[in-house]
Amino acid sequence: MNQTIWKWHFIREAVKESFIKLNPFALWRNPVMLIVEIGSIIATFIFIGNIVKGLPFGFEMQISLWLWLTILFANFAEAFAEKAGKARANSLRQSRSQADAKKLLNEKGDIQIVSASELRKDDVILVSEGEMIPGDGDIIEGTALVDESAITGESAPVIRESGGDRSGVTGGTKVLSGIIRLRITANPGDTFLDRMIGMVEGANRQKTPNEIALEILLIALTVLFITVVAVLPAYAHYMGIAVSVVVLVSLLVCLLPTTIGGLLPAIGIAGMDRLIQHNVIALSGRAVEAAGDVNVVLLDKTGTITLGNRMAYEFLPVHGIEKNAFVKSAVLSSLADETPEGRSIIVLAKKELQVKGKDIRAPHESHFVSFTPQSRMSGIDIDNCKIRKGALDAVEAFIAEQGGSVSDNIRKDVENIARKGDTPLVVAENSKVIGMIRLKDIVKEGISQRIAHLRNMGIRSIMITGDNPLTAASIAAEAGVDDFIAEAKPETKLEAIRKYQDEGYLVAMIGDGTNDAPALAQADVAVAMNAGTQAAREAANMVDLDSSPTKLLEIVEIGKEILITRGALTTFSVANDVSKYFAIVPALFGSVYPVLGVLNIMRLTSPRSAVLSAVVFNALIIPLLIPLALRGVRYRVKSVSALLTRNILIYGLGGLLLPFIGIKLIDLLLIFLHLV
Amino acid sequence: MINLCIYSLFLGLSLVFGGILIGRYMANILTGNKGKFLTWLTPFENLLYRLAYIDAGQEMNWKTYTWALLAFNGIGLVFLFALQLVQGILPLNPDHLKSVRWDTALNTAVSFMTNTNWQSYSGETTMSYLTQMLGLTVQNFLSAATGIAALLAVIRGFIRKNTQLLGNFWVDLTRTTLYVLLPLSIILTVLLISQGVVQTFQPAISAETLEGGRQTIAVGPAASQIAIKQIGSNGGGFFNVNSAHPFENPNLFTNFLETFAILWLPTACVFMFGYMLKNQKQGNVIFAVMLMLFLISLGAALIAENQGNPLSERAGIAHGVNMEGKEMRFGVFHSVIWAVATTATSNGSVNSMHDSFMPLAGLVCMFNMGIGEVAFGGVGVGLISMIFYIILTMFLAGLMIGRTPEFLGKKLGPFEMVMAMIALLAPIVALLIIAGIAIAVPEGLASLNNTGAHGLSEILYAASSACGNNGSAFAGLNADTRFYNILLGIGMLVGRFATILPALALAGSLAEKKLIPTTQATFPTTGALFAIMVAAVVIIMGALTFFPFYSLGPILEHLVLYR
Repeated sequence: MNQTIWKWHFIREAVKESFIKLNPFALWRNPVMLIVEIGSIIATFIFIGNIVKGLPFGFEMQISLWLWLTILFANFAEAFAEKAGKARANSLRQSRSQADAKKLLNEKGDIQIVSASELRKDDVILVSEGEMIPGDGDIIEGTALVDESAITGESAPVIRESGGDRSGVTGGTKVLSGIIRLRITANPGDTFLDRMIGMVEGANRQKTPNEIALEILLIALTVLFITVVAVLPAYAHYMGIAVSVVVLVSLLVCLLPTTIGGLLPAIGIAGMDRLIQHNVIALSGRAVEAAGDVNVVLLDKTGTITLGNRMAYEFLPVHGIEKNAFVKSAVLSSLADETPEGRSIIVLAKKELQVKGKDIRAPHESHFVSFTPQSRMSGIDIDNCKIRKGALDAVEAFIAEQGGSVSDNIRKDVENIARKGDTPLVVAENSKVIGMIRLKDIVKEGISQRIAHLRNMGIRSIMITGDNPLTAASIAAEAGVDDFIAEAKPETKLEAIRKYQDEGYLVAMIGDGTNDAPALAQADVAVAMNAGTQAAREAANMVDLDSSPTKLLEIVEIGKEILITRGALTTFSVANDVSKYFAIVPALFGSVYPVLGVLNIMRLTSPRSAVLSAVVFNALIIPLLIPLALRGVRYRVKSVSALLTRNILIYGLGGLLLPFIGIKLIDLLLIFLHLV
Repeated sequence: MINLCIYSLFLGLSLVFGGILIGRYMANILTGNKGKFLTWLTPFENLLYRLAYIDAGQEMNWKTYTWALLAFNGIGLVFLFALQLVQGILPLNPDHLKSVRWDTALNTAVSFMTNTNWQSYSGETTMSYLTQMLGLTVQNFLSAATGIAALLAVIRGFIRKNTQLLGNFWVDLTRTTLYVLLPLSIILTVLLISQGVVQTFQPAISAETLEGGRQTIAVGPAASQIAIKQIGSNGGGFFNVNSAHPFENPNLFTNFLETFAILWLPTACVFMFGYMLKNQKQGNVIFAVMLMLFLISLGAALIAENQGNPLSERAGIAHGVNMEGKEMRFGVFHSVIWAVATTATSNGSVNSMHDSFMPLAGLVCMFNMGIGEVAFGGVGVGLISMIFYIILTMFLAGLMIGRTPEFLGKKLGPFEMVMAMIALLAPIVALLIIAGIAIAVPEGLASLNNTGAHGLSEILYAASSACGNNGSAFAGLNADTRFYNILLGIGMLVGRFATILPALALAGSLAEKKLIPTTQATFPTTGALFAIMVAAVVIIMGALTFFPFYSLGPILEHLVLYR
């Protein structure tokens, strides 16, 4: 995205738009720039007046020019930031389906062809292979392979099926195979795609509370500096100094927080755009800011922290049984087991037996026993040898049937495995237990680093699981989460969020299922996975198109970066003012009181060159900082004080000193070019 | 030199010790925790509530609290105004002083009600003993108590959560007066009387001088008023020359006592803040910020003043020691420390003539008032102003660490920002406009004793003093004209209520918010980084506002003087 954003036609269009944005009614949203515009108009009138009166006008012309440029630069920053979003919105718009839809009229399957724009909520439609899905909906029947690349940019198709948490489909995506019945969940104009277009385009961009608070600060500073400049002539007059209006306007514009005032809209837009680059669509700007403040995050164990299913981890033959023989028996018992656990046994066995790649086949004279809810065992009968695999109580029943019994030692071993939070499976051959398989929840690779990363940001991670406390504790310890809630029911999440919110915490949560919807609606920052149900996406305030459960880290970082960028540029802008005083005040009063020349610590050449240099610096700093505003000030995970010290040194102290150098250099250049 | 260092150290240590002691006492007593000592006063306190039909248990929301405060101050204003207009026909007027001119009376009423205690009049020739005692002294107590009551509401805004209630204004006012201001004033009065400060109802004494001339020596019930004038950040003198008068401040010991009293309660308020928050560190660190600002001011003023005056040097005075306008019994050091202490708090009493200070020392005093007196500040309101500066600081600091800003567990949103900006900028804007008007119209310029840069300083100083609710006078400007009485009166009202009203609104908004727990990601507001940032914000804000004006006043005067 960063390569694509600096395209020439973007720049060209943005330049055009910066002139359109000169319209004072458009600038009304940005009071600082509006004042600059009024100042520019005044300066321009004086410049024209001087031409008419035949007075020298070179200085007034240059000041007017640079004042107008100041506004244009600010407009450009905003227009340019909007461009990236607009381009993306356009490509999204193309995928908005104008196709026809097959509307089901009744249960019998009578179909009427209607246009997609006539579809209403709760209509039921039929979509078959190769067709575009005409609107957002939930699959009520069937399974389909869906190409969602138009929305997610991800080329691999995904499976969507009725029931469960993968039932939501989005209008504008395409069914590659399968036939599905959909219940439409959004009216045209209100679909996910529509909202997404609105968000990326910035059409329904509302100012966040923090943006408003910052704007209040900027307006207050504007009022203060207008007062300073407005009353200054009275004092000067008393001292016998006549000050030129053009210089006063220049002083005002230099003192106004034009840098942050000009870049503020761009910072917000660019922040949202960075989220989009991470394939996250924020449905409210407020949520992005809140993300920077999150201090508790709820994580589902399954799918987020662990791989999702229990995996075979260890073969434990009982005393007297050779390990390889046991592994082989275990494999035989699992050949008919299509559950993820069963498959993981075969995978582990292949590793143990070092028969990678080769198939393990059952002997010809064998009979598979599949898992049934009644027997709760799977296994195989080879001749007279019956191998069974299952939980202890099920296998115990089988052994008793065969006339055997389970020894206390085995019972104890099984208990030990369970105590460690793992799941023991017992394998029996006829009337004897031959060993156990330890199944384990496998924690995702890299998850503990990410959780540690969260902790360093000051965010507590809470794992939620339906497991018993023992199992939960062991996974929690391995993943390094700060706390866990075990034996959670669907409503537990909602309760947990409420509890943390009552204590004053800001809670983030990631969810996908329909039963997550209430909790998502309650959470301050709610990220729904795009693969999740429609209900979850409706309840959330952000949608992660990648459906990556740890996307929250990036979201929090971007939220923080937006705020840091605002703060840093505000500090920079205000710190800049000090040097501008030292440039302009001696220029204002020095002609009558040459002793005040002491204040001209930059040794600027002449009063006019000093004023012009300050105005030029003030204007140029805006385009120079556009890349920073768009990219954002990087958030670094370190202690809060270290982060603040760093930013104060760079943007506070830097903002204090940099303009002294900049103004001096511009002064030298102006003299060199004989512009003053 | 060593003596002065020991003196400063002693003053500093007594302040820390005394401030902590009284701060803790206030935190207890003002929240209704009387302890064993004072329970015997409870029936008396309750009697006062019964007499005034006040339900002491009824807490107020911020609007009710504000109305109570405004009504109370309004009544005080009208009463004091009327009292001056009719003092000529009232008793306790042994010197038969006439009723006060209406504009002077109005200015004085506003001045004492707003805790400014700017005096455009001359005490001994204008105000009867009755007016001094029943009018001015009473307002000295009540305006100080009002400031502390407002602070209490703000502190409750930070402590409480999910409520609208901020306490009861009448109870806060009564307790502050009864348990804090009265006892401390009585102790100080007695100490001052013991040192020769006058306290009498006798009329002025007519004495024969050694040369045979006649001299009228004004006396009166001075000590009681002087005690509260220093303790309550008031500063309005009984006599015209204020604490430079030997009957107000006879010797070095009383000078020490009064310097201490000037800084005592403002300091105590900061420690009280820490105790009430149950976060003493927070109180301590704000004290450190204020101390830092105070020491910077003091250092700058001492350097400027000890440079010596080239004009005196040319006139043959050794090293040009700038003794013009200073009392021989105090000298440069004690005059400067007093000047800084009174302008950095909102006290405004003087023991030397600030008009005669070196230009940069005058600038320091002006700056202290211009930024709204936050180096300890006035009782109650000084800390309030500091809290507004802290809100501004925390807004920037919060952003720069990537969080929406917060302070003491309260999120700072648009509403808090509006209030902070009004409170910080309205007095400054009023100051610049008022001085700008005065310097542009003949009525303003007619009162000047000086021309050029010094004249500009005189007008700027008067406006800073009024809008900062300080009351300190540069002198050299005849402020007892209808023009200045009204203009500066407006300044005092803006300075006072544009601080207190936003503060109460802020308190109301904060109390309704929830308390956010402190985590690893919260910026620690009890560290050195916080202290330095707040001090820097105060100084930079002030410098950005006043630089062009000071450059035409004291800075220009300095440059010309030392050319």
